[in-house]
Amino acid sequence: MSQANTSAYAAGVKAYRQTYWEPDYRVRDTDLLACFKITPQAGVEREEAAAAVAAESSTGTWTTVWTDLLTDLEHYKGRAYRIEDVPGDPSCFYAFVAYPIDLFEEGSVVNVFTSLVGNVFGFKAIRALRLEDVRFPIAYVMTCGGPPHGIQVERDKMDKYGRPLLGCTIKPKLGLSAKNYGRAVYECLRGGLDFTKDDENVNSQPFMRWRDRFSYVMEAVKQAEAETGERKGHYLNVTAPTPEEMYRRAEFAKSLGAPIIMHDYLTGGFCANTGLANWCRENGVLLHIHRAMHAVIDRNPHHGIHFRVLTKALRLSGGDHLHTGTVVGKLEGDRQATLGWIDLLRERFVKEDRARGIFFDQDWGSMPGALAVASGGIHVWHMPALLAIFGDDAVFQFGGGTLGHPWGNAAGACANRVALEACVQARNEGRALEREGKDILLAAARSSPELKAAMETWKEIKFEFDVIDKLDRVSA
Amino acid sequence: MKHGTFSYLPPMTHEQLRRQVEYIVARGWNAALEHAAPEHATGTYWILWKLPMFGERSVERILAEAAACRKAHPAHLVRLIGYDNRRQTLGAALLVHHA
Repeated sequence: MSQANTSAYAAGVKAYRQTYWEPDYRVRDTDLLACFKITPQAGVEREEAAAAVAAESSTGTWTTVWTDLLTDLEHYKGRAYRIEDVPGDPSCFYAFVAYPIDLFEEGSVVNVFTSLVGNVFGFKAIRALRLEDVRFPIAYVMTCGGPPHGIQVERDKMDKYGRPLLGCTIKPKLGLSAKNYGRAVYECLRGGLDFTKDDENVNSQPFMRWRDRFSYVMEAVKQAEAETGERKGHYLNVTAPTPEEMYRRAEFAKSLGAPIIMHDYLTGGFCANTGLANWCRENGVLLHIHRAMHAVIDRNPHHGIHFRVLTKALRLSGGDHLHTGTVVGKLEGDRQATLGWIDLLRERFVKEDRARGIFFDQDWGSMPGALAVASGGIHVWHMPALLAIFGDDAVFQFGGGTLGHPWGNAAGACANRVALEACVQARNEGRALEREGKDILLAAARSSPELKAAMETWKEIKFEFDVIDKLDRVSA
Repeated sequence: MKHGTFSYLPPMTHEQLRRQVEYIVARGWNAALEHAAPEHATGTYWILWKLPMFGERSVERILAEAAACRKAHPAHLVRLIGYDNRRQTLGAALLVHHA
């Protein structure tokens, strides 16, 4: 016996494209837009795959349900509205999806990503799926807290102008006692660096509990400040097993006068990160953000989330620094793509630019920008290229490139600082950094024995593996 | 004691300083001078030398002001600033006189 007494509801499965593919849709300024790279299963048409992604990441499920009729799905559904070829790769295509702003809780990076990269990524009709870019409407951007301070405020607080900042990650990354660790910090800072950093996996292990580390490190910071007359900091890593413990560590760092703390936003999670960014804003503490786990998510060209999207997520969630790759060091990173996401991190407005992998205009309104952190396998010989690529609003984060100096950390730090200042001076004089880099450094080394020794130590080191995740070629 | 950008390099020659002033002017920044006694040099605020030279495009006039400030305050540190009013930051800040 039929229970249905209406002809408007028919149970069963209908093609997604009937509801979620709208090629004539006119995008609204308030829509959140996403570009997915879809690799469909054999036999699945592009429009159907695109519509399926739009449905599963918004209002849809696999079958019709009667409660669909209790709401206005035309208002709430996501829509696939455009399909494009991926240049040079016929196995996949780009699908553009528009989501109405009502689908998302205000100020919640957590909620946006739970929808956009939720169940849909395990969907059987597609072999692989990658979120290439997201346009956050300005109306949504303004509901998010963003960087606790931003670039200009950090420059004022740290009194650093007209140049990138310099940092060093303390090594060995695990195993030092708190007092010996503080020694390594002190040597780097008195030698001329602005910041030192906890390695990401330094949290609170048995060999060095966090409270001891924080105390020794802050003594080192203050002593280096007194000796040099310059403001210094150490990124005290407050990444912790629970939010409660994270805040406890942050409060202690603040009580010691630490100017900056640190968090891992992907392993720690967007919820913890957004909360910590709010805490930093309220307490006047800068926030350095590391990105452990990003390559698991962003390195496969066909599946996952592109790093430019993770960059936008961080800027909305909040952080004053974000690791962005170096282009020139030991870790993966295509130059044009990197230039794209460092713009997304720092600038007020970023225009669509397919040559940099940017699919949408992105307006950040009044949200502050964050400093790009170039970290991983860099040393003095990379300095001209780093300055040319990143400009001033960056932190060049050394490790072995400071600590591996034959005369120790202070000399290594001094070499880094001399090399940087020589490159800034040369750039300001209008010289071509990447072409004349060697001459610039050799000239600076004539008055700096520390730099000369560093250049002799690392002369031959190069990292020349091809990148795995290249930008899709842009058709002419 | 160190005093910011370029303090790890040898003191600039007059010609090198001129090139940095040219850079400040070319970027459209407003040049300004400030000075402080060495014992007060770690604070945020130094004493402003007159007002910032808003809109000044002459490298020579900026260099002449720097010389006048040095002459008036030989025992003070003197810093040249390039105010970036668009981004509300100091695009450049460099010591031009070490007491």
